[in-house]
Amino acid sequence: MRDYARIRDLEKLQKDIGKDAQVFSPILLKPTPAYWATVLVLSAILGWGVYAYIRQIQYGLGVTGLNRPIYWGFYIINFVFWIGIAHAGTLISSVLRVTSTEWRRPFTRAAEAVTVFSLPFAAINPIIDLGRPDRLLNVFRTPHFTSPLLWDVVCISIYLIFSVIYFYIALLPDLAMCRDYLISVSPFRRWLYKTLSLGFRYDEKRWKKIEWWMNGLAIFLFMVVVSVHTNVSFVFLMTLQPGWHTTILAPYFVLGAIYSGCAAVIIIMALLRWVYRLYNYVTDVHFQKMAKFMIALALFWLYFTGIEFLAIYYGREVAPMTIFHAKVFGAYKDVFWLMFLLTFLIPLTLLVIPKTRNIPGLVVASISIIIGMWLERYSVIVPSEAYPRMANFVGLYFPTWVEWSITAALLAGFCLFYVLFARFFPILTVWEVREGREHGLQHFVSEMKAFYPGEEFHG
Amino acid sequence: MARYGMVIDLDKCTGCQACVVACKSENNIPISTPEESEEGRKISWMEVIPRVEGEYPHVTVKFIPRPCFHCDKPPCTLVCPVYATYKNDEGFVAQIYPRCIGCRYCTQACPYTVKYFNWYKPRWDAPLQACFNPEVSVRPAGVVEKCTFCHHRLMKAKEKARGENREVRGEEYQPACVQSCPTGAIYFGDLDDPKSTVHLLARDPRAFRIMEDLGAEPKVYYLSEK
Repeated sequence: MRDYARIRDLEKLQKDIGKDAQVFSPILLKPTPAYWATVLVLSAILGWGVYAYIRQIQYGLGVTGLNRPIYWGFYIINFVFWIGIAHAGTLISSVLRVTSTEWRRPFTRAAEAVTVFSLPFAAINPIIDLGRPDRLLNVFRTPHFTSPLLWDVVCISIYLIFSVIYFYIALLPDLAMCRDYLISVSPFRRWLYKTLSLGFRYDEKRWKKIEWWMNGLAIFLFMVVVSVHTNVSFVFLMTLQPGWHTTILAPYFVLGAIYSGCAAVIIIMALLRWVYRLYNYVTDVHFQKMAKFMIALALFWLYFTGIEFLAIYYGREVAPMTIFHAKVFGAYKDVFWLMFLLTFLIPLTLLVIPKTRNIPGLVVASISIIIGMWLERYSVIVPSEAYPRMANFVGLYFPTWVEWSITAALLAGFCLFYVLFARFFPILTVWEVREGREHGLQHFVSEMKAFYPGEEFHG
Repeated sequence: MARYGMVIDLDKCTGCQACVVACKSENNIPISTPEESEEGRKISWMEVIPRVEGEYPHVTVKFIPRPCFHCDKPPCTLVCPVYATYKNDEGFVAQIYPRCIGCRYCTQACPYTVKYFNWYKPRWDAPLQACFNPEVSVRPAGVVEKCTFCHHRLMKAKEKARGENREVRGEEYQPACVQSCPTGAIYFGDLDDPKSTVHLLARDPRAFRIMEDLGAEPKVYYLSEK
């Protein structure tokens, strides 16, 4: 019965909105066994991570590999890494929207969802890292605003709140479509679509309002994006630790965030395209554009890394030089050179050669960038701690199963949220695509007329 | 108000570690196993750091006893998100154990690495349980702690002075490490009192502070013939 009703729903959708109805089929039709298997595996990993955290609460942070002087390890690395991943979604979406770039249209939501779902898994890391998470609320009870950690709390809260609002407003028109067309779904889902769509109707006034809010928020969020990662770097660069105490860290972190975040968006776009058969919407053209952007980012990354090390090397100050040697030639050289290979050499080679600049090549490059950027955060954070100025020992760090489990659980949690979201809501921004169809060409023609006077352009 | 500070004569220090032991028993510092110590989990508010200088055959070894320096411009207090570490009226860098959330940011900010974190619930072997100093609180797992210049002794001296209706005299109270030093290498007192020993020694030509260029202005001076 249900199957028949589903097909009827799809047919009606197809009649009203044309071939874009395809986007709704994954959320309307029955889930495949692969879907259930994915959800099960991800939940198991997440559950194991929760168990590891419970052990940590029971026995104290002694169950981790942290020590004096390596006071911060995997958790803080994960924090910086996930904040980085959380960056690209909103950044791509907002920059491309403000500059009214047409090719953004299909995947703005998929990108924004990366932000919305990775941000909680980023923000939870400093809390996992606390020795006394039960006293977390002291941050509000006795706040000390000279602490960069508190600046982070403020920045990340603002970012989370406004990203969710931005994401939600862009979701509204599609939710309304779900409410109006997906009649055959379970009563729970009908209730969900009805409640979440807030009685949205398609009329001129509401569209104008949505456009206004989306543009305003896009501009605001772009500024917040830059400030958030700058603040994350402040946690490090405001201290006197050699290797951290340098102004380059702020733009370096922002760039690293965009680099790793864009890589995450590329991987997810390729996965969605494959799993949901969205070959007509996310095409090779999109990936080619992203590939060129990634080449630029890779080169910027080299530039930042280069000037950071050159300044240290030329200055020859004892404390920063100790860290420099440890990173490049000493105890941490394996991490550093592996990082260099994964963040720079492999992706750049894959993206520059036209033969490998295709979707599989781009995905491999992106995975390489993501692992490399995690190692980069390791290489920035840990070696600086390992050589205290006033001690006769070198810090060593061997993370335990607890840290590995929690790190895996964060990734699994993010994927689980994303998979569940894509099951319940349209992952492509249907209204943007439809709007593009209606107004894109007109916009293009008017621009061309402005650039080349005297020519006649006919749509 | 007195500005308490310490002067440590490195030329007198023999590296016997009596100050370390005295500090541990005075301040109820948990005893760690050799394995924990190897992992970097031991707590030692006072630590004797050996420093080897020069190359064979001109080698010298110096022992540097290192308490908290109670800096006048402490970098650690600025970064605490909850005011759990702060510079109090007496100029001591204090820790509020019941407020600390254990983020370990102050441990990162301290350029001298004097702060310690409680990785586990503190424990003592059976007979040591009986030797607790009742004047010092035992810290729970998950908070940061460090040398207090035996602040509880100052409290006691202050109460005594109040009972006798007078101010605390400069050298009336001494931390445990100062008392226990067999060669008398550690001096303690009011740095601002022109008649005090520490005031005079801090102006000695042999006097220096560690990493003065960082600008933290430590209140612990060292004396050494170079």
